[in-house]
Amino acid sequence: MAELGPVLEVLLGGLMSGVLYSLVALGFVLIFKASGVFNFAQGAMVLFAALSLVRLAEWLPFALALLLTVAIMIAVAWAIERLVLRPLVGQHGLILFMATIGVTFFLDGFGQTIWGSNVYQLDLGIPSTPWFLLEGLFPGGILVSPVDVFATVIAGSLVLALSIFFHGTRIGRALRAVADDHQAAQSVGIPLNQIWLIVWSTAGIVALVAGMAWGSKLGVQFSLSLVALKALPVLILGGLTSIPGAIVGGLVVGAGEKLAELYIGPSIGGGIEYWFAYVLALAVLLVRPQGLFGEKIIERV
Amino acid sequence: MIYRETGQFRTSYAEDQAIFRLRQDKIGIAVILAIAWIGVPLLADDYLLRAILVPFLILAVAAIGLNLLLGYCGQISLGTGAFMAIGAYAAYNLALRLPGLPLLLDFFLAGLVAAGIGVLFGLPSLRIKGLYLAVATLAAQFFADWAFLRVGWFTNYTPSGSVTAPPLDLFGWLIDTPLEKYWLCLAFACVTALLAKNLVRSRIGRSWMAIRDMDIAAEIIGIRPTTAKLSAFAVSSFVAGGAGVLWAFVHLGSWEPLAFSIDMSFRLLFMVIIGGMGSILGSFLGAAFITVLPIFLNQAPAMVGIQLSTAMVSHLEFMIFGALIVLFLIWEPHGLARLWQIGKEKMRLWPFPY
Repeated sequence: MAELGPVLEVLLGGLMSGVLYSLVALGFVLIFKASGVFNFAQGAMVLFAALSLVRLAEWLPFALALLLTVAIMIAVAWAIERLVLRPLVGQHGLILFMATIGVTFFLDGFGQTIWGSNVYQLDLGIPSTPWFLLEGLFPGGILVSPVDVFATVIAGSLVLALSIFFHGTRIGRALRAVADDHQAAQSVGIPLNQIWLIVWSTAGIVALVAGMAWGSKLGVQFSLSLVALKALPVLILGGLTSIPGAIVGGLVVGAGEKLAELYIGPSIGGGIEYWFAYVLALAVLLVRPQGLFGEKIIERV
Repeated sequence: MIYRETGQFRTSYAEDQAIFRLRQDKIGIAVILAIAWIGVPLLADDYLLRAILVPFLILAVAAIGLNLLLGYCGQISLGTGAFMAIGAYAAYNLALRLPGLPLLLDFFLAGLVAAGIGVLFGLPSLRIKGLYLAVATLAAQFFADWAFLRVGWFTNYTPSGSVTAPPLDLFGWLIDTPLEKYWLCLAFACVTALLAKNLVRSRIGRSWMAIRDMDIAAEIIGIRPTTAKLSAFAVSSFVAGGAGVLWAFVHLGSWEPLAFSIDMSFRLLFMVIIGGMGSILGSFLGAAFITVLPIFLNQAPAMVGIQLSTAMVSHLEFMIFGALIVLFLIWEPHGLARLWQIGKEKMRLWPFPY
């Protein structure tokens, strides 16, 4: 049995990287809830947003670059909605999913063509030296990275803002109506196209936030796009339609994979992090196909 | 005027059930086979055989495998690369641990191993579908990547992690020149295509299509979803595993787990979408397209005098693949194969519009 201090440290680190997974998963959930599209391109949007921000910030003040990036992400959302999803309205979910895989590849290529494909440092002005907590309780204390703390705070406030947006505003109500039933929403006068544009823009902005958090941690580079692959099991675990599910799923995956690496990793060769989330999601799927917090899937003939 | 069925009467059930019912089609396929078996070897140089035709044929086999699952049974898989890897490493280990095992038996057993694992990862498909299943197959992909990288037993504890295939000894005939490899792959491609074509016309293939079109309705008319879905996973993984053995043993010779990464799975998915979901011909067209396009992109800018960096070319490749996927899904969800079919319909009526 390992000492309590290091275990707590691993657990805390896991939970914080879990928050980062949640940030990406959140973008997926937003779009899935409102349009029934499983947007594989979320990871590509994270990369694109981070790349835009980093490159614009090179010759613009940071605040201006941030604003411009938000505008770019809204434009991207608009283009995806207009060029890809509108012609495919009413198609099978699988077709839409594959279309977003196409979008992923396009966006990855496009982003790196115009912004370049080196590794860029994203400096958000956060100190990179780790903090030590509870040094009185454990020898050496618990090591915490400020970037992770920053990301956690950001993610927390984002979730709060989104839930207020979804439950307290007129647009939020319209979004929930669309999520429940497209046709019924349209027949009471909710403009579907506008709603989708709003949802995709929101997802774009969430992608930007995720890109900032991940980018300041790993550097802005192509591998950011692969973060999406890590967010998929998080989604499955939490349920595709639940925002709290995305958060809890992220925390479970983040903490679980770090602890698994610590306890069973050494005995089977290490590198468990690579597939742990997937196998966990698979196990959950077999027991609860809708995920931990998802709505029950009911089929009608 | 030439492509017309006028005057060709089918007088027996056997004729009615033939794969190629029109005389023109029969002549066409005979010509294609003759060119593939005799014409190409006479004309092609080693580079063409080794770098384009052999990969094309092997990928076509793998695409058929994925197409059986995705195009016919409607179960999405993002883990085809993993099943290829399982086939490749199974064949390697069987050949290593059972010396003297005949090559074809080795290939067959490796396919069976892949099929077994395929069924295992297909099990969730009984409870979940669509997007959820995509994640389950991704689990197969990541797990396989990890296992072949980290578990030493699979690679016989080679320090570099890369393994080398044994010499290809087919009943005493040593296959080592590009031409012999091409013939071997061609034989596999022809046999797989024929078997797959007949499989999808049979009872089991029709039950897959019923599941694809609407699983609940299929269940009500008496098709067992369990049998249909798992058999699709088994056959698909078997074919993919076989293609994996060919890719590793014949094309690469020595390989690392990276050869069967998620990129491979995506490429195969693109082949099936662009070539045509639910079409054997489409698998070949898609494989040809995806194999040739990157080579074309590498050569074309230089030909017209534009210098592009390799990074630029690979980004362009990403963009073009992505755009093509979206365009095909919007305009022609049945892919190149459907375009070919439309062309044939038009030819039958030509010169009249309808």
